[in-house]
Amino acid sequence: MRAMIVKEFRQLRRDRRTLAMMIVMPVLLLVILGYAASFDVTAVPTVVAGPGAAALSKALPETFQLAATYQAGPQTPETWARDQLRDGQAAVAIVTGTAPGLQVLIDGTQLFDAQKTLQELSALSGGKPVTTARVTGSASVQILYNPELKTSYIMIPGLAGVILVFVGTVITSLGVVRERQAGTLEQLAVMPLRPTDVFLGKIIPYFVVAVVDLAIVLGVGVAIFGVPFAGSAAVFALGALLFVFVTLGLGVLISSVSQTQGQAIQLAVMTLLPQVLLSGLIFPLSSIVAGVRWIAYLLPLTYFTVISRGVMLRAEPITSLWPQFVYLALLGAVVATLATLRFRAFLAPGAGR
Amino acid sequence: MTGPGAWGADGVSVRFGARQALDRVTVSALPGRVTAVVGADGAGKTTLLRCLAGALAPGEGTVRRPDARRIGYLPPGTGVYEDLSVAENLRFRSASYGIPGPAAERHVSEYLERTGLGAARDRLAGQLSGGMLRKLGVVAALLPQPDLLVLDEPTTGVDPVSRADLWWLIASAAAGGAAVLMSTTYTDEAARAARVLVLDSGRSLAEGTPAEIVAAIPGTIAVAAERPAAGDERRRSWRRAGAWRVWRPDAWRPDAWRPDAWRPGADPGRGAVVHPDLQDAVCVAALRRELEAGHA
Repeated sequence: MRAMIVKEFRQLRRDRRTLAMMIVMPVLLLVILGYAASFDVTAVPTVVAGPGAAALSKALPETFQLAATYQAGPQTPETWARDQLRDGQAAVAIVTGTAPGLQVLIDGTQLFDAQKTLQELSALSGGKPVTTARVTGSASVQILYNPELKTSYIMIPGLAGVILVFVGTVITSLGVVRERQAGTLEQLAVMPLRPTDVFLGKIIPYFVVAVVDLAIVLGVGVAIFGVPFAGSAAVFALGALLFVFVTLGLGVLISSVSQTQGQAIQLAVMTLLPQVLLSGLIFPLSSIVAGVRWIAYLLPLTYFTVISRGVMLRAEPITSLWPQFVYLALLGAVVATLATLRFRAFLAPGAGR
Repeated sequence: MTGPGAWGADGVSVRFGARQALDRVTVSALPGRVTAVVGADGAGKTTLLRCLAGALAPGEGTVRRPDARRIGYLPPGTGVYEDLSVAENLRFRSASYGIPGPAAERHVSEYLERTGLGAARDRLAGQLSGGMLRKLGVVAALLPQPDLLVLDEPTTGVDPVSRADLWWLIASAAAGGAAVLMSTTYTDEAARAARVLVLDSGRSLAEGTPAEIVAAIPGTIAVAAERPAAGDERRRSWRRAGAWRVWRPDAWRPDAWRPDAWRPGADPGRGAVVHPDLQDAVCVAALRRELEAGHA
């Protein structure tokens, strides 16, 4: 047994990456999760519109963090408020000067913000629970986009992204490194194929699988879980395309820096895990401590989640989603460039100097 | 024998970090001929073949090889996909080389029948035995009807019957005009080649026809039952087939080591002088290198 233990430690020491993963990952996960794993909402982004907006914005309870006010303009205060919610600028909109006095609009796709808002409102109205469209004192409350505050509504658009990461990054990273491990890469390198032929030939099947997967997830989400698809399919498709592009590039990149399928899986999981935990899929981004939150803003899934939830649930137009599209496109360009360079080096005859 | 139409390497050096894998090696592969590269494990055979096939760019020297479409290559790991069937592997290979379907199908069928792989057509390559897998690798390398066929140890670990099949494949490719460059650890196999390159620790020890290499051995080689007790003779001896061979570089011999000129002669009291073969020549070449290095 001693011999076995010594052998195992020797092998472990050679496999630096596994060792690093065993020591660094738990610490990293603990720190990140410790700071990120929070459903507590302390501040709900709020906009106030209408004639009394200025006065009301000063009287807002602490929880409601003022994002913008709108006194008067080309739009009616209510239209403006609804647009703000649709475009993800705020989770709550309060419109003054309406029939019962105040109209409170809540974005149901921001589940935790919405729940916090309802709690606050119920506290304000003397402890009575506040429900949809119920008049509490002089205010009417309306929850938009996800009136029943269903978790499935917000999870399924996000899960679509996770599945694309899984196919795009995890499975693709295996596909390329397999060639290296099986020794077929050398054969490919001497065959009359251009590196782009090999690169695209390698990626397109995974792209097709990712698209089919996405269609299935959306189909199941809409048909079985009743998740609405309110927005433009074209905008959603463009977002998904950019996102798949990023994840596939990441998969090839991981493959080209890995020697074995085991290493590729390790690296792919290292990119998958933080995306699942930090992208806003599970924990609201606003609840993540700022020191960790910046990581979230580097991850492609963070942006795809915003796009898919926005388009599917709130019919958010591309005009307000363009920063997400631009970031994904930039990230895609960077990742694809790196992946192509690495892939070329990987296929081109190595120099023996 | 470097002439027009000959593929090969001139003064090729390859370095992997601190290790000199190849040191100014020159080899030619002539159309219609089989050129064998022999040497122990780690001699640099695979590195040289990778340079010829285009999988590795040498640090120094030049490589003359045809366009990638005209090269067939059997890499050390056979280069076939174990999770594809025999037929699927060959179909992928022909398509990658742009061989039209009917022509590819004809060649595939012919090769598969001749090599006994026909029955295994639909089996996954991963389920084939070692010998069948190497045969599949060679057949795949032959598919583009290459001008230069580079085979890395096509017969290593293969049973005698499969070895004969493989030799048929290799010989028919050469007969068809291909320049074949193959590596092997078996000197009896190399002796069947038109030309041989002997590699040792990345350096070329000898190059020529098997007869030329054997003829170039200075002195005589004797067979002795016991290893010489001490001195130079001991250092110039090696074990072979249950006895010892002793190389005497300064001994007189009747003629060059040509079979027709050679008569089994006696060297009284010091063992019988034998006609050396390629294996002896390779051993002598390695000994010379070692002894020269020792004296230097």
